[in-house]
Amino acid sequence: MLFIPELSLLIGSLILFGVSLGEGKEKWAHIVVLTLSVVTSLLCLATLGQKGTLFFEAYQIDLFSQLFKLAIAVGMMVVVIIGSQLKGVSVKVKPEYYLFMVLSTLGLMMLVSCVELLSLFVALELSSYALYLMVPMRDDQGGLKIQMEAAIKYVLFGVVATGTMLYGMSYIYGLTGTTYMSGIVPKMHDLAGNPTAMLAIALFMSGFFYKLAVFPFHFWVPDVYQGASNATTAFIASVPKLGAAAILIRITTLVAPDAGESVVMLLMVCAVCSMFYGNLSALVQTDVKRLLGFSGISHAGFVLLGLVTLDTVGFATSMYYISGYLFMNLACFLVICKVSRNGENVSVDDLSGLYSRAPLLALTLLVGMMALAGIPPFVGFMGKFMLLTGALKAGHLTLVILAALNTAIAIYYYLSVVRVAFTKAPEGRPDVPVDALTRVVSIALIVIIIVMGVVPKPILALATSAVKSIL
Amino acid sequence: MDFLILHDGWLPILSILMILPLAGAFLLFVIPGENFQKYWALGVTILTAAVSLPLYYSFDPTTHNYQFGEHHSWIPALNVNYTLGIDGISLLLVLMTTLLMPLCVLCSWRYITTKVRAFMFCLLLIESTMLGVFMALDFVFFYIVWEATLIPMFFLIGVWGGERKIYASIKFFLYTLAGSVLMLVAIIALYFNTDPHTFSIPLLMGQGYSSIFQKWVFVAFFLAFAIKVPMFPFHTWLPAAHVQAPTAGSVILASVLLKMGTYGFLRFCLPITPAASVTFTPYILWLSVAGILYGGFTALAQSDMKKLIAYSSVGHMGFITLGIFVLNPNGMEGALLQMINHGITTGALFLCVGIIYERTHTRELALNAGVGMYMPVYVTFLAFFSLSSLAFPGTNSFIGEFMILAGGFAKSKLIATCAIPGAILAAAYMLRMLQKVIWGGTENPIHTGLSDLNTREIVTLAPLLLLVFWIGLAPKPFINVMHASVAHLLEQVIGMQTGIAPMANVLLP
Repeated sequence: MLFIPELSLLIGSLILFGVSLGEGKEKWAHIVVLTLSVVTSLLCLATLGQKGTLFFEAYQIDLFSQLFKLAIAVGMMVVVIIGSQLKGVSVKVKPEYYLFMVLSTLGLMMLVSCVELLSLFVALELSSYALYLMVPMRDDQGGLKIQMEAAIKYVLFGVVATGTMLYGMSYIYGLTGTTYMSGIVPKMHDLAGNPTAMLAIALFMSGFFYKLAVFPFHFWVPDVYQGASNATTAFIASVPKLGAAAILIRITTLVAPDAGESVVMLLMVCAVCSMFYGNLSALVQTDVKRLLGFSGISHAGFVLLGLVTLDTVGFATSMYYISGYLFMNLACFLVICKVSRNGENVSVDDLSGLYSRAPLLALTLLVGMMALAGIPPFVGFMGKFMLLTGALKAGHLTLVILAALNTAIAIYYYLSVVRVAFTKAPEGRPDVPVDALTRVVSIALIVIIIVMGVVPKPILALATSAVKSIL
Repeated sequence: MDFLILHDGWLPILSILMILPLAGAFLLFVIPGENFQKYWALGVTILTAAVSLPLYYSFDPTTHNYQFGEHHSWIPALNVNYTLGIDGISLLLVLMTTLLMPLCVLCSWRYITTKVRAFMFCLLLIESTMLGVFMALDFVFFYIVWEATLIPMFFLIGVWGGERKIYASIKFFLYTLAGSVLMLVAIIALYFNTDPHTFSIPLLMGQGYSSIFQKWVFVAFFLAFAIKVPMFPFHTWLPAAHVQAPTAGSVILASVLLKMGTYGFLRFCLPITPAASVTFTPYILWLSVAGILYGGFTALAQSDMKKLIAYSSVGHMGFITLGIFVLNPNGMEGALLQMINHGITTGALFLCVGIIYERTHTRELALNAGVGMYMPVYVTFLAFFSLSSLAFPGTNSFIGEFMILAGGFAKSKLIATCAIPGAILAAAYMLRMLQKVIWGGTENPIHTGLSDLNTREIVTLAPLLLLVFWIGLAPKPFINVMHASVAHLLEQVIGMQTGIAPMANVLLP
């Protein structure tokens, strides 16, 4: 019962493997994966209240892990729907493509439940390797082989980050003599202030900084976002970040509530650098995916703001923010996937006159971008507001002011995308057809973004009790 | 919660005022036909105005507490509440907003030809958020509606504006947003410096924060509000936005959005950071004087009618900030009255410019010269509104400016004397415009095809003209509602008991 969501993904991936063996079964692949993602989401919802441990206590099921699993499953479902035609991915590899997507999701779901370092590592690699393979699965755009370049960069940076993380894990094992989180936590508290322990934590974190695209592990972002097909980027930009945020919260609890002065300093520096680097670079982008990539770096910085507080509310706010980010980001990628006619990249100018070409998409883009920019009443504002409140409560005034300044910088590029969609003439660009399912998803995303922003109370309460369950 | 008089009627009237336009906006999506949509928007705004009128009659002018209050918990973890209420400072602003909106719909009847549904949606949305700004008594809710006004305004300018609409809308959005980002930090800082932590605006007043903390908070607030007002030298977004906006956008911008800045000074800066306000007073007074003179001289040099009125706004808003920061009852009540006056008069002037632009498709003074012969009714309206703008005795602005200057002289003769030329400049640029538009010279362009105002346009302008003379001849009903709140505000700032009868009572028995 505890393992059912993962089990359904596992079975689903076996079915997909079967489908990939035959020829001419591409249609089936999409139906299978769509059904699978819906079923998995429902199963996650059904197992939300479950508690327990599996596999010699290396695998823990609690509210924290189940909430993240639910978000991951929903994220995958949305990606499957918005990338339904898989434009830009060759028909021949579609079943394999979905197979890897399901495996990667499976890895992420396992990741958020792992409380033992080696299983954590295995889960992370399962999700990463599947992603490494998804990136080059794209038609060659203009013979430049940018998808290969992206894949190579993704793998190389990924391997370096993983290596760093393993190095950190080895230190942790050396210091504490165990690979179980439950054993590490008390020992780490005894080692408070020990430089080696802090170094170990920092190295350990770097693997997840890479996934979340935090400075200085962000270098892969722009090229991978640009080189991978639109649906792949939508996946990479949203779902793995949930897993990364979950584990970063778990790691930070190792040093909470007292012992983390140097870790806090590290997180703060990374947060500020991410925000400035992401926002300033995004200002000059013309490719929408690249722009969202840089914006993702700055949002990763914001997620760290919740961690520096080292308290329950801060962690809960980070959870709230990253789940809000999932929906805002997916809203933007939905528009990209639909506007792109044959799977090519979408430049800002391609959105010209979107308001008259596809009003609903334009509205979705408006809500998504404004939410990312942190304009009320959307979830982005409420999340930023609570992150800033939390950070100021912990006494980080400088950090809060720098973050607030970043919000002001960021408005510019989000607004210029919206501006193009609403005020420029279409200049002969054709209407964008939108199918019924996409309409439903668009409206659902808009509603979620607004409701989460206006009524944050229930989600925050849920996140708070989730964080309490792991402390 | 003793500052809030909860509304005991069976309906939460303030929430209803905000929800009516919002619901009307969303219902627009199911209403077919552009004509029907216009009537729908008109109906919704008129209904909102009608619902708001009882506020005046049930308002109790003897108390400074917030009336018609509503209070609901929103995010308990952070002690964020949904608190609404109005006092003598916000009452007239709320009424002005609701009464102006039907006129904004009317003036767009012909002017807006594309995307009518979306236009009316933006109008209704912005009405809802503007009302929220004037009613909010909780900082988080206030910040949300404060920022939310930007989105519909951005589209009003950016989609239905003039040739340089994109430049103007982006500039407007970025300027005002960048200004208010630090305000958010200040709000959070206030939250943590108050025990128990609260976002309730009235509870944050009079907390006796340390003087250095007050200064920082004041600066953060000041930046946000000074850009909104706009005070010299933060005014550069205003002419661009005004000139490019459609008529309804200009009216909303001039009449209501600018008032949000001065309202912010009155509601937040003065009572929350009184010591810092007193410290910074001289600088702000001189900035106001600079704005008055700069706005006046620049307006004198304009050849575009809309630009002329936009720069005149900079001058008029300078008078208002001057009145606020002289920190005496006359100045402050004058400033509050002048906020309403400016809303009426400048709104009306923008309507007039819109009317002529619809006919001649230009706003150049030289090309609109001498239309008085063909449009006698139009120039009559224009003349009265221009006289009101230059504070001619008998019109509304005279009362306001007189009270402000009376307060100014009580504070500092030097500053008041420096502001006086502003009034003369106003006469100069307004009469120059009138002369050109009505009579022109010997080489007037040919206007034979011009038709005079139609019924719709007369209906749009007449209520404003009525108010110009009503406030000009009998300002008492408008000033009466302010006394208690202004006296309380001054008490909060300088702790002085205002025993002196305000000048208006002596002047106009």
